[in-house]
Amino acid sequence: MDNREVLVDIKNLRTFFYTEDGVVPAVDGIDLTIHRGEVVGLVGESGCGKSVTALSIIRLIPNPPGKIIGGEIFFHGEDLLKKNEEDMRVIRGDKISMIFQEPMTSLNPVYTIGDQISEAITLHQKIDAAEAKKRTIEMIRLVGIPEPERRFSQYPHEMSGGMRQRVMIAMALSSNPDLLISDEATTALDVTIQAQILDLMRGLQKKLGMAILIITHNLAVVAEMAETIAIAYAGKIVENASAKEIFKSPRHPYTYGLLQSIPKFTEKKTNEPLPAIEGMVPSPYHMPKGCRFNPRCPFATEKCREEEPEILELTPGHLVRCFHPIES
Amino acid sequence: MATRLVEVQKLKKWFPIKGGVFSTTVASVKAVDEVSFFINQGETLSLVGESGSGKTTAGRTLLKLLQPTSGKIIYKGKDITKLTPNQMRPLRRNMQIMFQDPYGSLNPRMPVGDIIQEPLDVHGIGTRKERKQAVATMMETVGLRSEYEKRYPHEFSGGQRQRIGVARALIINPELLVLDEPISALDVSIQSQIINLLQELQQRLNLTYLFIAHDLAVVRHMSDRVAVMYLGKIVETAENDELFDHPLHPYTQALLSAVPVPDPEVKRERIILQGDIPSPVNPPSGCHFRTRCPYAMPICKEQEPLVIEVAPGHTVACHLLTKK
Repeated sequence: MDNREVLVDIKNLRTFFYTEDGVVPAVDGIDLTIHRGEVVGLVGESGCGKSVTALSIIRLIPNPPGKIIGGEIFFHGEDLLKKNEEDMRVIRGDKISMIFQEPMTSLNPVYTIGDQISEAITLHQKIDAAEAKKRTIEMIRLVGIPEPERRFSQYPHEMSGGMRQRVMIAMALSSNPDLLISDEATTALDVTIQAQILDLMRGLQKKLGMAILIITHNLAVVAEMAETIAIAYAGKIVENASAKEIFKSPRHPYTYGLLQSIPKFTEKKTNEPLPAIEGMVPSPYHMPKGCRFNPRCPFATEKCREEEPEILELTPGHLVRCFHPIES
Repeated sequence: MATRLVEVQKLKKWFPIKGGVFSTTVASVKAVDEVSFFINQGETLSLVGESGSGKTTAGRTLLKLLQPTSGKIIYKGKDITKLTPNQMRPLRRNMQIMFQDPYGSLNPRMPVGDIIQEPLDVHGIGTRKERKQAVATMMETVGLRSEYEKRYPHEFSGGQRQRIGVARALIINPELLVLDEPISALDVSIQSQIINLLQELQQRLNLTYLFIAHDLAVVRHMSDRVAVMYLGKIVETAENDELFDHPLHPYTQALLSAVPVPDPEVKRERIILQGDIPSPVNPPSGCHFRTRCPYAMPICKEQEPLVIEVAPGHTVACHLLTKK
């Protein structure tokens, strides 16, 4: 059991989008706890609500069409959903920072790297320009960019994808946040560059001690990084446990199916077909009745088609939303 | 003995960069720089590498969708490098390509039945009725219901669109199929469905695949042989298990060690490469990998390493191996 202090506690979060074609329940009852200094992975396929969860935490859901319609997000014990915009602006970028998949579009092309990092610093700390520049160069060095003084006056287009992601991390960590949210931050990178960035994030986490919420579709990335993993499917968390448990004894049929279906890099080639999950992710406009995974689930029964399962703690720390969990 | 379906020798594809008042060639992007490989009938050769390594250009040049700058392409023993587009047309029936982007590669204004039928129309195969019949059969073969032939691409999911892409490529019974990152745009649970489909079709129709990919777990699952590219060069080629179990080129070793493994209890020794892949306009002298290589020696700067065969079917281009 984790006896570290709870940093973030999301309870029954519901974020819907009201579009011309109907209501999209992007996040529909997500619970998630992040402790101080903990690395949590939130994993799921497109449309499962993982990015919307992240944007809900920092209250950056575009409204309209999106709206947080229910739930609570406690951060240091205070409900972020009750904060006004001004308070949120202080928390955002100071206590909670976020990095995104596409570092090119997240950086302003007409300002230098140095300007952009020092802007993030001066926004949240009362220091003069010279001090800010010193801190910025320190941050550029911290994220492993060679020649920080020269890089300070370079523009984003002069850098590679991996370097830009390092700049984003420098910016995100410049305020020494308690929580870093990484939304598919390594997805667009090549594998050798991804390894560099993951290695950097791991190192900085140890050094600075912030909690990280890693949002990804890549099970291998969370296996390497996260202590705790939550699996999302169609707007709900279907399983939540320690990384070890998730990979060793997955209890939800979706988690089990996903793990079975990915080709194993370390295994010799066979000509056997992969055990694939049939069908596809449901349309957000037509969510199936009952358990949302039931149309694709090999174990689904009448009950699954009618009733929606609650998330239950099957063994200490292992939560599963399923009427017929797989035996461990 | 396996028969060679296609072979390329010292294939080179440079893209000119024009500049100056007279729009002269000021430099070249050396996308593919003297690569040689072959593919046997019925097997899958994977071409792996990071972005900018030239793997996609190599695949397209092999099909002569791009005219090679120099080098030879030999298809079934016949040199096709110099063939004109008209002379190529009958051969095109035998070689098809499937693309990564399931959204961009299908005409949004055409019903999928017409999309799948188009290659038959182009090559003038069969009567109208036979073509319709062939489309219906092919749709069922790739796991699409033939009633959907009147629907448009936007009505299908990403995975279904890739099935349409497979159907379009296979309708004229090709021998060789170039698969350019066919699954990397798909969701995890859909990827395995498409991998299974491709493997099943390969066995059933005796297809030969050139599989272009960066996901090494999928490559391990799909390939018979693997060629690793770095900055326009093939640095190592070997049989699947041989390459993954005994990589010899420092780049292959680093690439394999960088792949995250979906098992938190596996702790692997990781080689973290420094820096980024250099620009293909101005690749490093000698060995292209030397600027990031942990074992770089003076000779690597001066001479380009030769490709040597270290074991049957296992070739490597590295000075570390030529020295011994």
